[in-house]
Amino acid sequence: MPGKLKVKIVAGRHLPVMDRASDLTDAFVEVKFGNTTFKTDVYLKSLNPQWNSEWFKFEVDDEDLQDEPLQITVLDHDTYSANDAIGKVYIDIDPLLYSEAATVISGWFPIYDTIHGIRGEINVVVKVDLFNDLNRFRQSSCGVKFFCTTSIPKCYRAVIIHGFVEELVVNEDPEYQWIDRIRTPRASNEARQRLISLMSGELQRKIGLKVLEMRGNAVVGYLQCFDLEGESGLVVRAIGTACTLDKLSSPAAFLPACNSPSKEMKEIPFNEDPNPNTHSSGPSTPLKNQTYSFSPSKSYSRQSSSSDTDLSLTPKTGMGSGSAGKEGGPFKALLRQQTQSALEQREFPFFTLTAFPPGFLVHVGGVVSARSVKLLDRIHNPDEPETRDAWWAEIRQEIKSHAKALGCHAVVGYSESTSICEEVCILSASGTAAVLNPRFLQDGTVEGCLEQRLEENLPAGCGFCHIPYDELNMPFPAHLTYCNNCRKQKVPDVLFTTIDLPVDATVIGKGCLIQARLCRLKKKAQAEANATAISNLLPFMEYEVHTQLMNKLKLKAMNALFGLRIQITVGENMLMGLASATGVYLAALPTPGGIQIAGKTPNDGSYEQHISHMQKKINDTIAKNKELYEINPPEISEEIIGSPIPEPRQRSRLLRSQSESSDEVTELDLSHGKKDAFVLEIDDTDAMEDVHSLLTDVPPPSGFYSCNTEIMPGINNWTSEIQMFTSVRVIRLSSLNLTNQALNKNFNDLCENLLKSLYFKLRSMIPCCLCHVNFTVSLPEDELIQVTVTAVAITFDKNQALQTTKTHAEKLLQRASTDNEELLQFPLELCSDSLPSHPFPPAKATSVDYSSFADRCSSWIELIKLKAQTIRRGSIKTTVTVEKASPMGEGNFRNRSAPPCANSTVGVVKMTPLSFIPGAKITKYLGIINMFFIRETTSLREEGGVSGFLHAFIAEVFAMVRAHVAALGGNAVVSYIMKQCVFMENPNKNQAQCLINVSGDAVVFVRESELEVVSTPQPAASCQPSCTGGEVTT
Amino acid sequence: MTSELDIFVGNTTLIDEDVYRLWLDGYSVSDAVALRVRSGILEQTGATAAVLQSDTMDHYRTFHMLERLLHAPPKLLHQLIFQIPPSRQALLIERYYAFDEAFVREVLGKKLSKGTKKDLDDISTKTGITLKSCRRQFDNFKRVFKVVEEMRGSLVDNIQQHFLLSDRLARDYAAIVFFANNRFETGKKKLQYLSFGDFAFCAELMIQNWTLGAVDSQVDDMDMDLDKEFLQDLKELKVLVADKDLLDLHKSLVCTALRGKLGVFSEMEANFKNLSRGLVNVAAKLTHNKDVRDLFVDLVEKFVEPCRSDHWPLNDVRLFLNQYSASVHSLDGFRPRYRHLDQGSGSPGPLRLEFR
Repeated sequence: MPGKLKVKIVAGRHLPVMDRASDLTDAFVEVKFGNTTFKTDVYLKSLNPQWNSEWFKFEVDDEDLQDEPLQITVLDHDTYSANDAIGKVYIDIDPLLYSEAATVISGWFPIYDTIHGIRGEINVVVKVDLFNDLNRFRQSSCGVKFFCTTSIPKCYRAVIIHGFVEELVVNEDPEYQWIDRIRTPRASNEARQRLISLMSGELQRKIGLKVLEMRGNAVVGYLQCFDLEGESGLVVRAIGTACTLDKLSSPAAFLPACNSPSKEMKEIPFNEDPNPNTHSSGPSTPLKNQTYSFSPSKSYSRQSSSSDTDLSLTPKTGMGSGSAGKEGGPFKALLRQQTQSALEQREFPFFTLTAFPPGFLVHVGGVVSARSVKLLDRIHNPDEPETRDAWWAEIRQEIKSHAKALGCHAVVGYSESTSICEEVCILSASGTAAVLNPRFLQDGTVEGCLEQRLEENLPAGCGFCHIPYDELNMPFPAHLTYCNNCRKQKVPDVLFTTIDLPVDATVIGKGCLIQARLCRLKKKAQAEANATAISNLLPFMEYEVHTQLMNKLKLKAMNALFGLRIQITVGENMLMGLASATGVYLAALPTPGGIQIAGKTPNDGSYEQHISHMQKKINDTIAKNKELYEINPPEISEEIIGSPIPEPRQRSRLLRSQSESSDEVTELDLSHGKKDAFVLEIDDTDAMEDVHSLLTDVPPPSGFYSCNTEIMPGINNWTSEIQMFTSVRVIRLSSLNLTNQALNKNFNDLCENLLKSLYFKLRSMIPCCLCHVNFTVSLPEDELIQVTVTAVAITFDKNQALQTTKTHAEKLLQRASTDNEELLQFPLELCSDSLPSHPFPPAKATSVDYSSFADRCSSWIELIKLKAQTIRRGSIKTTVTVEKASPMGEGNFRNRSAPPCANSTVGVVKMTPLSFIPGAKITKYLGIINMFFIRETTSLREEGGVSGFLHAFIAEVFAMVRAHVAALGGNAVVSYIMKQCVFMENPNKNQAQCLINVSGDAVVFVRESELEVVSTPQPAASCQPSCTGGEVTT
Repeated sequence: MTSELDIFVGNTTLIDEDVYRLWLDGYSVSDAVALRVRSGILEQTGATAAVLQSDTMDHYRTFHMLERLLHAPPKLLHQLIFQIPPSRQALLIERYYAFDEAFVREVLGKKLSKGTKKDLDDISTKTGITLKSCRRQFDNFKRVFKVVEEMRGSLVDNIQQHFLLSDRLARDYAAIVFFANNRFETGKKKLQYLSFGDFAFCAELMIQNWTLGAVDSQVDDMDMDLDKEFLQDLKELKVLVADKDLLDLHKSLVCTALRGKLGVFSEMEANFKNLSRGLVNVAAKLTHNKDVRDLFVDLVEKFVEPCRSDHWPLNDVRLFLNQYSASVHSLDGFRPRYRHLDQGSGSPGPLRLEFR
């Protein structure tokens, strides 16, 4: 009997009129947990009842405490007929189960009905008394903290980052059960809401158990998703990164430890590296080491041992990292080796984090991704969700092997997603291959000691750009140059990553949102034929998306992408691809070349003229963008010692694997010598369209910036005004003669118009930046395209922004002075160093036609690996590995100049998709918010049509999230994400239904201005104990 | 390609003041878009007409959802669905309850009934205010009336408490409610020159001095209904004109006091009897509801117009009325009882009426 849950129903307000005769309501409340139900008295004739109930006490297992939601139902008493339900409140009591979070849930909750929406509010108080239970075979995992934030939460310190945890549970979808035919829509919706709530509770508990097994105490970057597979069931799956976190109590406690030189990271007591001195090529030795401090790999996956052995990786020949090259020196080699062996223990060395503690990320290899097309079948036994598990295990294995091919032993910024249409499902996973510092992965290390070493060896700001793979034994032909920053190591010419920009990265100018958008028509087909058609299209889509990204990046005169997210959505008759990323100019990488256009029929005069006209337009655009984004790398003319003249060159890598037997690899080297600029070959109208669409992307109006990462490179003076929003658009395509081009144009316009609308709506916030812009595409019906955008607009100080438009060096100096000391290295380096400038190498561009592969090709493809294409039992997998990536960086907020906030009003709850709040310090994490709502209407027209319906629903969802946060005692939600927004309508029947799933971390924040007043010398005195240390570390 | 659905929801509800005004003024979305285009917003922001259309629709939808809450402003403060900063909430409420001078003059003193509501089309045509806006304003008057109708305590305070209006606007509403309750005639041609502000000024003084609340603050309806007892007492003023001696004495007192101070002294002296009779008759008749309704018409006819025809300047009227009521106190039998008379029927009303 490890827990006692106590609930008190205080009062209601604004209840709806349930009795037409009296215009009043006789309300009472049912409180249900598990199978126990309590009732309050009926409060007669009032719309503002005061129940003031006794404490209802539930004595329950902690397992139930974790799984079950508290269910509160408000009803109208009726003497003669059945009582009418007014609405419900589900309260997740998980935040009460760990000591540091909330201690009580108390406040006004909106009473929600799936048919009528919010109908009044109810005031509830919830408490939990937990008894200690030391049973080691327990099934509960109370006490494990969950965070949606994909970085180490601000008031914690990562002692160890254990690694990947995943779990999934399946069930039948109540909407598709036979009983659904006879029950009301309300009952069906409520059954679904309850089930999903229960399933996510169970999932969280199971993940928690795995974390405890690994001896962690928290999950960071927790991402939970629902797959509504229709007839075949409901899957709830989650991934996250297990960590051992330490709450920072005061800065003093932690800082001295950093400086202690005595601890050697190499001699970690628990680390029994089996071969610490051998230069074995890491990945090819599947080490079986059981003596690690964290649990062996098997326990991370619920899969039986069979799956482990099945999937154990066959070493790839020649793909290992081997020695790190001369420049790295012995330290680097040792470091790598050690990390590798540490990571080797894990089945999946994946990290869902996108920002990392300083020094964690050593090198970045590039984006790795894998997709797989599956046919859904009914889940027969919900207790054994093995098929789904096996599917994901397969994909993860694929990702792992791609990372190895890039000479990396870990994948960071890892995420998984699905797209389902009828019985076809595309599973996708992507991440950034990386080399990590083992310090955080092991027990007993002390913060800081390695950092110092790292700083000696790896210059800050460029270390992550250096290639992790062996230069002499490259996994793919790539053009490398010496790093523009340190001049010692090799860097690639372009970097693509899924993570946030590392804080210490040296960036020139500002960043911008770059999107690639693509549609492909597909024939309607059934089952296997459909799956085959989709899997045949996928590689082409990946290729095109990549091409577009590369073109747009070049057009912006930038050389790296961060936060890359490629979404492929499947519909009845089309596939949509949408890639978003934030482009930046990394000082360490070479200056990108321009884009050169080549015509196919060279002797046609007017054609030539047209081409040259286009060329001019492109060149103008590049020049304009350079100015717009303030990209003005310092020019140098001197020779760079020892390096081949770093001619910017394009290289892309397309790796497509269709089977697991990856040994036989056919390599096509499509590179044709050195290229100086991208060549866009215009050989048909298709290509022409592409060039046009390149040029039609309108930059945001002045005063606006946008990015899809946490922070905008080049802006660091945020002020405190933030506005989070969700915008949804659905367009209907005219079904007549749809072509790929028309479709592309429609889709492109849709996205562009949506962005324009956002800029217009938020114009009062100028100067501001849209951060964490997250686009989601879905194809709810044949001719409908739905785009959902969630982002946050943050204002920044214009004056300082203006100053940054001055020279590069000045800007950096200023930034360093206004910012944390971490950045102090920049100006020194940049003043003494200089960058090569080859803005537009005038060399002739050659063009090549690869018509065999695609309609048209650009010449920067150097390698395409085609593997045998097999279809097994309707399961097809496509994998594409893209480019080069770069690392990490804590989303450390730069908000020095936040003005004192306006009188913060009571009850305001901020919401943001970012992990921080500008101008404020997060002092406490109260627990995870994970909510699922269904709303249905049978009077669509009366509710203002589809727009009115969805507008009201989203507003209600926001309201319910805010109410829950406020009840926990919080004043903000960070890392907020709307994971799902499934909208279905049937205008003929005047009906519509929508499902929304949101999550985030409830927090308490204190304005920095207030903080200074409250706690002058002794920070922990009056504000929440703990907070002030946060900034020093992060 | 058609947009099926297009929404924008902010954690903090976005309120565009310009669009709010257009919505309040009752313009349709397309009219509002046209007006916005004309305002040059496209050039300023570089937006397209489609963006403007979408934005306007969005705001209209938000306002439509907010309207239900605006009907009971305290609800807007406590609701959880829209997160709106307090200053914005105040602005929303204040603007929603604001009314057009032209409109209020049309309905002031009319019964706020269905019948009047049917006449709104005519008012709309006459004033050029959209029917939608007329309806909103009318419904606001009616709603406020219904809520405070049978409440205890100060009218202005009640309105402020239940509708969270600014002091100024609450006072205006008190006047509207007061006029509607007593059905004062304000629509006659003779009264057209008077503004709402003039009437509101009178209403405030009448509420202060003529109502039940002026005597006893613990009765229902205290600020709405005139004190019947007081009106009954006013009858006794007839003696001022009926008794020849008293009339002469009153006149001589006033004339002595004002001699040399009035520019229109001779006219005053000549007209004293008529003026006094006019004022006293108006006051004495107030026991009849019909005559209460005609109060302003009568005052204008019996007092304001004679003064105006003699070209009395403002200051002279003020001096006269002050002296007229002050002198009464020195007359036998008019001692402290007529407190009301001093401030009420005496100076301010007619004075204000005159000097528009």
